[in-house]
Amino acid sequence: MSDAAQRRTLVVLVENKAGVLARVSSLFARRNYNITSLAVAPTDDERFSRITIVVNVRDTPIDQITKQLFKLINVVQIDALEPGESIEREMLMATVTADSVGRGQIVELANIFGGDVLNVGATELMVGLAGVPSKLDDFEDLLRPYGIVALQRTGRVALPKVSRTDTSRLEAVS
Amino acid sequence: MKMNGGQALIKSLEMAGVDVMFGLPGGAILPVYDPIIDSSIRHILVRHEQGAGHMAQGYAHATGRPGVAIVTSGPAATNIVTPLADAYLDSVPMVVITGQVPYSAIGTDAFQEADTTGITMGVTKHNYLVSEAQDIPRVIAEAFHIATTGRPGPVLVDIPKDIVDPANPRSAVNWAWPVEMDLPGYHPQTKGDPALIREAAALISSARKPVIYAGGGILKARAAEALAELVDLVEIPVVTTLMGRGAFPDDHPLALGMPGMHGNYTAVTAMQGADLLIALGSRFDDRVTGRLDGFAPDAKIVHVDIDPAELGKVRRPDVGITGDARLVITELITALRDLGGRSAQADRTAWRSTISGWQEKYPLTYEPSDPADPFVKPQYVLETLRDSSPDDTIVCSGVGQHQMWTSQYWRFRHPYTWVNSGGLGTMGFSIPAAIGAKVGMPDRTVWAVDGDGCFQMTAQELVTATVEKVPIKVALLNNSYLGMVRQWQEMFYEERYSETAQSRDYPDYVKWAESMGCEAIRVESPEEVQPAIDKANEINDRSVVVEFKTPDTEKVYPMVPAGLTNSDVLVDPSQAAQLDLDRKGTQS
Repeated sequence: MSDAAQRRTLVVLVENKAGVLARVSSLFARRNYNITSLAVAPTDDERFSRITIVVNVRDTPIDQITKQLFKLINVVQIDALEPGESIEREMLMATVTADSVGRGQIVELANIFGGDVLNVGATELMVGLAGVPSKLDDFEDLLRPYGIVALQRTGRVALPKVSRTDTSRLEAVS
Repeated sequence: MKMNGGQALIKSLEMAGVDVMFGLPGGAILPVYDPIIDSSIRHILVRHEQGAGHMAQGYAHATGRPGVAIVTSGPAATNIVTPLADAYLDSVPMVVITGQVPYSAIGTDAFQEADTTGITMGVTKHNYLVSEAQDIPRVIAEAFHIATTGRPGPVLVDIPKDIVDPANPRSAVNWAWPVEMDLPGYHPQTKGDPALIREAAALISSARKPVIYAGGGILKARAAEALAELVDLVEIPVVTTLMGRGAFPDDHPLALGMPGMHGNYTAVTAMQGADLLIALGSRFDDRVTGRLDGFAPDAKIVHVDIDPAELGKVRRPDVGITGDARLVITELITALRDLGGRSAQADRTAWRSTISGWQEKYPLTYEPSDPADPFVKPQYVLETLRDSSPDDTIVCSGVGQHQMWTSQYWRFRHPYTWVNSGGLGTMGFSIPAAIGAKVGMPDRTVWAVDGDGCFQMTAQELVTATVEKVPIKVALLNNSYLGMVRQWQEMFYEERYSETAQSRDYPDYVKWAESMGCEAIRVESPEEVQPAIDKANEINDRSVVVEFKTPDTEKVYPMVPAGLTNSDVLVDPSQAAQLDLDRKGTQS
């Protein structure tokens, strides 16, 4: 199995309380589960936060990870997203060495990818890009030859795809 | 009603039904100790915080009610980490209250500060750091709810000093009870899925070589009666794991005893040969399965557990049912009756006869003492103790050879008569656990079976037993070695006894026991065993320590050596030749 095929995304709704992120990360460490990326942010309901975790399931089935995670008292809901059934986004910021020749090429790259130039210095340039993680991978690969001084990615966030069927009408029929 | 946080904490514990707690005060928890003077709750003052934790566990094991321990911050909190880890692995309902430095001082490396919730996160079912006094009643209510429902376990509540200190305005509480719990993520599933229960019933009915694999979950779910009813209906033999001893009576004709690394031959071998294992509140622990890829190779699995994460964690079940063991077994009985009950069961005459053959050929056995030997055999001590103590005696053990012998040789007839540290394997568990059990069940005889290694770890709690008037009895099997480790060194490390010899001469256990207010008896020959035990059983006004001098070379059999499958179980040397012949016969 390829690396990507061994990855699953868990969208975990947790109570917005002190120490909850520590509980989640400590569980992964204690059970020897492998986190590829993790992003956490408040939701529209201030009582809850949403943690998006990308896990490697080579050694432990996703089912076991989900069940152990759900034993945490502060975990309210878990969606294990099947590949292809979710929309994922991630953001990248990078400071790149940019001499007078490179600067134009980097700006052009950023434009092609739909990114932004965030900051310009004498010998360096900061660019940003939001999008699907694979697009960020490509962008990062293309920036690398110029010399990456610093690079930060947010880790991915994800939500299940919206249904294409209007289920409310189906229910009305049945 | 207005009160301070300390009063609210004690009142919340009273409202939660606490009648006794085990603890030791210190700086950060002082304001909580003051209202204890005016409380209906009995407080047992321990000599070491680890003792408080194990006493709370012993109390919970024996009574089924949550044990409560209360200690101060920092070193007291770290001292109680071991009991928390023990209770977590053995699913013991327990609530531990720890003091903490004032909320504003947290993170400043204050005196006796430790990150107690951080340290205990991985060894508790849940823990709390309470930031506001007003939250205390709700948190206590939630702590008891979480500790006692679903899969039981330990819950720790860390209380900063300022919110309980009457001198601090932050300690003001508007008292109200009952309180509304706020647990949006906690909904344990107790009722089994009816379709899965029907599937399980069908598998059970058609199995020709089934074994019921009953674990500690039967006891936690108060399901021993339901299990007996199930066995009565389907007449399937039952093994009871180390944590499940007492869940099914050992004198029942279908009782096979303990399985696993030191299980008896029949229990181990019946599981290996089974076509169906019905796992009820058991978790396929490595000490039960041996090498996993060779464990019960032909068995289908029905697995019932209150914790859904146990289903498939170790062995994939054919039917996995999440639910409370008592409720699921009751539903299973109904489903089995719907299929035709006993008359619909497959013919298991051959299976039962094979099993009785094993039982006859390979019972537990040991070489009796050589009269010239200045020692007594530990197995003989346990047989005598078993036969001379009341039927409902609660027996507690530490961890090691003496634990295995006790589990093997005791004949458990009642649930909640066996208290031990199974998952964590905590040496020193027995004496404090026995004290906790005796506090919970004051009318019962409580024996702690201990080894000399264990005794030296927690014996100081016998002072607690004396001062608090909680008389227990200790059978100290003194072989002057860390016996189980020595056994492994003899068998697997070429008899190189690295650091396992204690001392034959020190300590003087009789003097030590007497100094703690106990009656003390030393036994050095087989004929002294019975009188010493009889004398100990007659003394009820103080604790008794009986030191039995046992041989250091004695080993626990049967044994499945680590890394081998349960089919390679070693029996007592006196049975080994017979077993070799039998195994060759099976192969040809």
